[in-house]
Amino acid sequence: MSEVLVLVDHVDGDVRKSTLEMLTFAKRLGEPTAVFVGDAAQGEAAASTLGEYGAEKVLVASDPAYSEFLVAPQAELLANLIETRQPAGVLVPATADGREIAARAAVRTGSGIITDASDIAEGFVATQSVFAGSYTVSGRVTKGTPIVAVKPNSVSPEAAAGAGAVETVDFAPSDAAKTARVVSVEEKPQSGRPQLNEAAIVVSGGRGTAGDFAPVEALADALGAAVGASRAAVDAGWYPHANQVGQTGKTVSPQLYVAAGISGAIQHRAGMQTSKNIVAINKDDEAPIFELADYGVVGDLFQVLPQATEAVNARK
Amino acid sequence: MRIVTFVKYVPDAAGDRSFESDNTVDRSVDGLLSELDEYAVEAALKIAEDEDDAEVIAVTVGPDDAVDAVRKALQMGADSGVHVLDDALEASCALGTAKVLAAAVKKVEEEEGPVDLVITGLASTDGQMSVVPVQVAELLGRPAATQASALEVSGGTAKIRRDGDTASQHIEVTLPALVSVTDQINEPRYPSFKGIMAAKKKPLEEYELSELGVDAGEVGAAGATTEVVELTERPPRTAGEIVTDEGEGGNQLIEWLASKKLV
Ligand SMILES: Cc1cc2nc3c(=O)[nH]c(=O)nc-3n(C[C@H](O)[C@H](O)[C@H](O)COP(=O)(O)OP(=O)(O)OC[C@H]3O[C@@H](n4cnc5c(N)ncnc54)[C@H](O)[C@@H]3O)c2cc1C
Ligand SMILES: Nc1ncnc2c1ncn2[C@@H]1O[C@H](COP(=O)(O)O)[C@@H](O)[C@H]1O
Repeated sequence: MSEVLVLVDHVDGDVRKSTLEMLTFAKRLGEPTAVFVGDAAQGEAAASTLGEYGAEKVLVASDPAYSEFLVAPQAELLANLIETRQPAGVLVPATADGREIAARAAVRTGSGIITDASDIAEGFVATQSVFAGSYTVSGRVTKGTPIVAVKPNSVSPEAAAGAGAVETVDFAPSDAAKTARVVSVEEKPQSGRPQLNEAAIVVSGGRGTAGDFAPVEALADALGAAVGASRAAVDAGWYPHANQVGQTGKTVSPQLYVAAGISGAIQHRAGMQTSKNIVAINKDDEAPIFELADYGVVGDLFQVLPQATEAVNARK
Repeated sequence: MRIVTFVKYVPDAAGDRSFESDNTVDRSVDGLLSELDEYAVEAALKIAEDEDDAEVIAVTVGPDDAVDAVRKALQMGADSGVHVLDDALEASCALGTAKVLAAAVKKVEEEEGPVDLVITGLASTDGQMSVVPVQVAELLGRPAATQASALEVSGGTAKIRRDGDTASQHIEVTLPALVSVTDQINEPRYPSFKGIMAAKKKPLEEYELSELGVDAGEVGAAGATTEVVELTERPPRTAGEIVTDEGEGGNQLIEWLASKKLV
């Protein structure tokens, strides 16, 4: 059976759910091989999880250049693996780094690339949603090796026994790839809430919060949800940019998306239109967000959200 | 300092965006400079303002109307423009477009002199791939500092901040280099009346592929590395149940969620 490479998305060795999703797709397409870039010990520790989701092999690549420089060394590694192993295809996470690694590897191997796939069928036919979710396109790579950047939350991870056999990759990135130096890294404080693009439920606030996100956060916590924000709320400095949903923020497609005090501009819709269920709370009954809401409450979020939070807590 | 900015002409997101029967984007509708490229133009102009003898050249690849993207950049303050226009470009994939843009940078260098910095937007608002910038950097063999939410250029280096989910990275590259910028980096200026008038007199070169030394077989439908298998218009989301809060809105909402097994 032909090999499918999966570039592991992890934070300090903690494998992200998106990786398990990619392995699930890879298993349908061939024999999954996970490519772990990072600390060797962390890679070995991650191998058991990767094996549980179908990875037969876990290739661990640990050159310091991968963290000291922006993506080019990783792209060189991936291009090298494509050339030497001739896999049937490659899956990468549709993150900022993932798509850039893929894009560079595509140049080096003369391959096509498809980004933001939400499904991948036989022959690496990948489904994407375009134009703010108004069209669904399925496409195929016609030259080189199919490289597909997979959107998080696209499939439920399915356990599948794989050997998870660790192999160390001996590859030294060239000096030409070591040009964009990471001089320092500032960790951001973490909220302890689920990751925005992995969460099953997202509760977002917009300009209508007038800067007070407390009711939004309270409902999110009652529901075990991630917190999102419109760009208006981010630009006003009320919430971090990492939580922005939309064209220039995150694209999310949770089971449930709650928009509170958000009008529903096209750029916001672009990031949430493919959510399974959409709920809107807005004072203005003509707000465009109601056009896509499965359930809408015309009202003041400062009344509606606390009552809803109480009702959720009462059910527990 | 010579700075090239990439400016893409895209269908207006506020209008009806759709596809042609050959599955390419319908470009007959109203278009404009991709909003995310305005941040690139602004970043270039800001750097140029702080340098003596700086020059900003806006480059687009696209059909006849795409020249509007360059015009907007000239109105904002860019010094000259380049429009790569060729029938063979139709239906190019990202890699094809990147090859043409890389060749256009080299052409500018032949005609004008070395290009120190290429500044691009984060993503085109139609394709949304965020891949062309690094592909151009790869083809030119130049360092790329991408997704900058802050940019500082001095003494032959560019320093950027790249914001991720869990951390912000500070990245340094030596010029000549490519930088892509996000919409967090600045507030793009509006063209002034004076700027609009001045733009009419600014030089605007038009090139065909042969003048850039790009083989037509490498771009367009012939060179495409991907193909569309199927395209379906998503049925518009139909509005669901809308209630007005008369004191029970929050409870009603949770009852609805419970009926959908979402709580
Ligand atoms: C290039 C570009 C990229 C962009 N990218 C993004 C993006 O990624 N994400 C994004 O979100 N936007 C993006 N935007 C901005 C977008 O166009 C809108 O400006 C933005 O989404 C508006 O945010 P909002 O809905 O919170 O604010 P508004 O449009 O001002 O809406 C606020 C809403 O709150 C309601 N409201 C007020 N008070 C209350 C109350 N007490 N209770 C209930 N409702 C109340 C109002 O009725 C109104 O509908 C982008 C724009 C551009 C040009
Ligand atoms: N046809 C084009 N003409 C000019 N610039 C482009 C073109 N295509 C892409 N770009 C640049 O590359 C960036 C990212 O594009 P993309 O990879 O398509 O999302 C855009 O913001 C532009 O700056």
